[in-house]
Amino acid sequence: MSFFVNLPLFMIVACLICSVACSVVKSRVAHHLSMTLAWLLAAANICVLVMGIQNGKTVTYMMGHFPRPWGNEIQMGILEPLFSAAFSVIMCLTLIGGRKHIIEDIEKDKRNLYFVMVNLIQAALVVLCYSNDIFTGYVFIEICTLASCGILMIRNVGRTTLAAIRYMIFSLIGSGLFLLGVVFLYNITGHLLMPDMKSAIAVLAESGEYRVPLSTSICLITVGLAIKSGMFPFHYWMPDTYGYATPCSSGILSGLVSKGYIFFLLKVIFSVFGAEVFYASGVQNVLYVFGMCGIIMGSIGAIRENDIYRMLAHSSSAQIGYIYLGIGISPAMGVTAALFHILAHAVTKPALFLSASRLVDAAGGSKRFRDLHGAAHAAKLAGVTFTIGAFSMIGIPLTMVFMSKYMLALAALETQHKMVLPLIVLALSTLLNTFYFARTVIRLYNVPKKEFLPAPEFRDQSSFAVSAVASVVLNLTAGIFASPLIGLLERGLEIFGKVG
Amino acid sequence: MKKKTTFKQWLRTWDAGAFDMTEALTEAVAGDPMPKEATEHAWKEKPVEGIEEGEIRIFTRFYPVAAAVLCTVLIGFLLLTVAKLPAFGAADAPAHNEVMQRYVEQGMEETGAVNVVAGVILDYRAFDTLGESHVLFTAATAVTILLMSLGGAVSPVETKLERNIMQKDPLLHSTVRIMVPLVIVYGIYVILNGHLGPGGGFSGGAVIGGGLILYAIAFGFDELDKILNFKVYRRIVLASLCFYSLAKCYSFFCGANHLESIFVPGTPGMIFSAGLILPLNIAVGIVVACTMYGFYSVFTRGRI
Repeated sequence: MSFFVNLPLFMIVACLICSVACSVVKSRVAHHLSMTLAWLLAAANICVLVMGIQNGKTVTYMMGHFPRPWGNEIQMGILEPLFSAAFSVIMCLTLIGGRKHIIEDIEKDKRNLYFVMVNLIQAALVVLCYSNDIFTGYVFIEICTLASCGILMIRNVGRTTLAAIRYMIFSLIGSGLFLLGVVFLYNITGHLLMPDMKSAIAVLAESGEYRVPLSTSICLITVGLAIKSGMFPFHYWMPDTYGYATPCSSGILSGLVSKGYIFFLLKVIFSVFGAEVFYASGVQNVLYVFGMCGIIMGSIGAIRENDIYRMLAHSSSAQIGYIYLGIGISPAMGVTAALFHILAHAVTKPALFLSASRLVDAAGGSKRFRDLHGAAHAAKLAGVTFTIGAFSMIGIPLTMVFMSKYMLALAALETQHKMVLPLIVLALSTLLNTFYFARTVIRLYNVPKKEFLPAPEFRDQSSFAVSAVASVVLNLTAGIFASPLIGLLERGLEIFGKVG
Repeated sequence: MKKKTTFKQWLRTWDAGAFDMTEALTEAVAGDPMPKEATEHAWKEKPVEGIEEGEIRIFTRFYPVAAAVLCTVLIGFLLLTVAKLPAFGAADAPAHNEVMQRYVEQGMEETGAVNVVAGVILDYRAFDTLGESHVLFTAATAVTILLMSLGGAVSPVETKLERNIMQKDPLLHSTVRIMVPLVIVYGIYVILNGHLGPGGGFSGGAVIGGGLILYAIAFGFDELDKILNFKVYRRIVLASLCFYSLAKCYSFFCGANHLESIFVPGTPGMIFSAGLILPLNIAVGIVVACTMYGFYSVFTRGRI
């Protein structure tokens, strides 16, 4: 057993200590501390990933002196470090790019508390990726919920407080349902560690004992996490939440937090219920149907918006729909497509939010489309980043979302009963996406350069440039050279939740 | 005579983003609500975009019905599920397995804690509790973020409190003078006794926090600020949580790599026994006490 196996423990402790330390230092130091932490997490996760690829199996790590089923544990294979690394890289890029807005939007006294919350979210994301214990997962889901509300309401505009209240209500309903599901599961299995629950559930599913509680808990856990990640029809908190928070928070919430919940749901599906039991329960059909509804409704909502942030928020709810559609289609190819889409959306959406914020700045602070005409001439890099992000969201080849849509279509073709509808929905949603994203991009450029007068205080910004270029490069690289990544996801999925 | 603001109007204003809840709350707390004419004026000035009459009708009529139906269905399903669960306390329930057996039978020997609950939460499943104590920290920080927005000004609640102190209610003062030391000493006892009997950091910390709040009610914040201001508060929380994380990191590291930890269970029943459980209980107790007092302070005057 190599030393790398200890790294997740150090990552978690480092995140927690950094978050507490951020509450006493100056906000500038706190910002640098958070970004350094994110890079260190990324590096450590890559080491664990290399170890996982070499091992070729999921290993567990005892958190304390007591083995399973008595003590806590974490598990690491290939997918856990891969997603944790992706989350940390994107977290860092978002923090760099959103820097100016954090300073502008948040009062000076509270700025370091923002980084307390960001680091707690980083800790929660690491634990949600690595956890091998469903109750540990719940505890860190709570940290994630509270910290998300914190980074949302820290921008002191009336609407953000209301958005935070709405988000908190939805999120707490989700946590409550999840906790009820966990309680039922503990009652019928007597375990909280994932591998032991899985073997107990396999026995129960075989014998048919406690069938009703088992089905109810599958429903409750799935629906709880789906509400928290914003699946249709529970996506109504999204436009306000993402539309009024500081752009960095919108990027973190849409790109990372909701994806963390989805990854944890996948982990629960594969390491607690087992893919066979879950896909025999019929809950995946609910995800399949609501995923498709979400894609269409999210796109329609985005078309109706006249505010650029709210349009992106509606588009996020559509993208969450793709992920759930993938999970609903099939356990192998569908989930691989969903995993790829998690990465694709996590890379693209924060970049879109950040570049939109630059465009809004160039237009003098108005988020309405009618004021953004020609804004891309003033904010050139933001215009290009937004355009590439928009192309990626539409699914134009060479970008990541193109690959994930292609994989979704392939996964649908492999199935017997879920072939036609996903293909129709994919085609329709691509049309709708093209409509609203192309419309936005055209608006950004359709005024002659001379006629657009940028806001007087608008300046070029190197921190945004770094983040924008990095995320575009990441998006295109992963889109063009997708096959190694897909291969890695497939290998990871094979050993996901199978503790050796 | 001006018309009264209807719910629909309010909803429209809210949806348009023209209504600042924080401001309205501040105004309401200050006991000086905006003159009605000004409010109505503001409503008329800002034309509402994006919300349709039909949407409001759906919001006020359809949603309550849908919510009631949904809740009834959910309650029905949950009751059905509870009926099918193993009977409470049944001997053959799945939860009565080797996990529980080892906690009860070998817990004292393995963790050194007479109180099995303390052994489970601070040793067997210490990682969860590490998370839990950070949940408290997160909640306290989130509340600070929310309520610090009311600004550093003295809130009306605080002025009212000051008035009470000025009046020097003799009954309150003499009761608190006797009670607070007892309460705090009892809290310390509950924390230190956490591994020997019922109690521990969470409950003892809550008792101490209650004592501090009682003191603040009777004598005001000025006295307490001398020893527990925001700076001290943050440093105490920093020290306890960092100690907690580092101690547990060491213990997890030793456990996972099968190394001998320097913290040994010792003789069960002694005050210095049970390895890390006693120091961890103290750390948790400090965090809980500070969080309780911090909540009270932030809610009353907008700062710690």
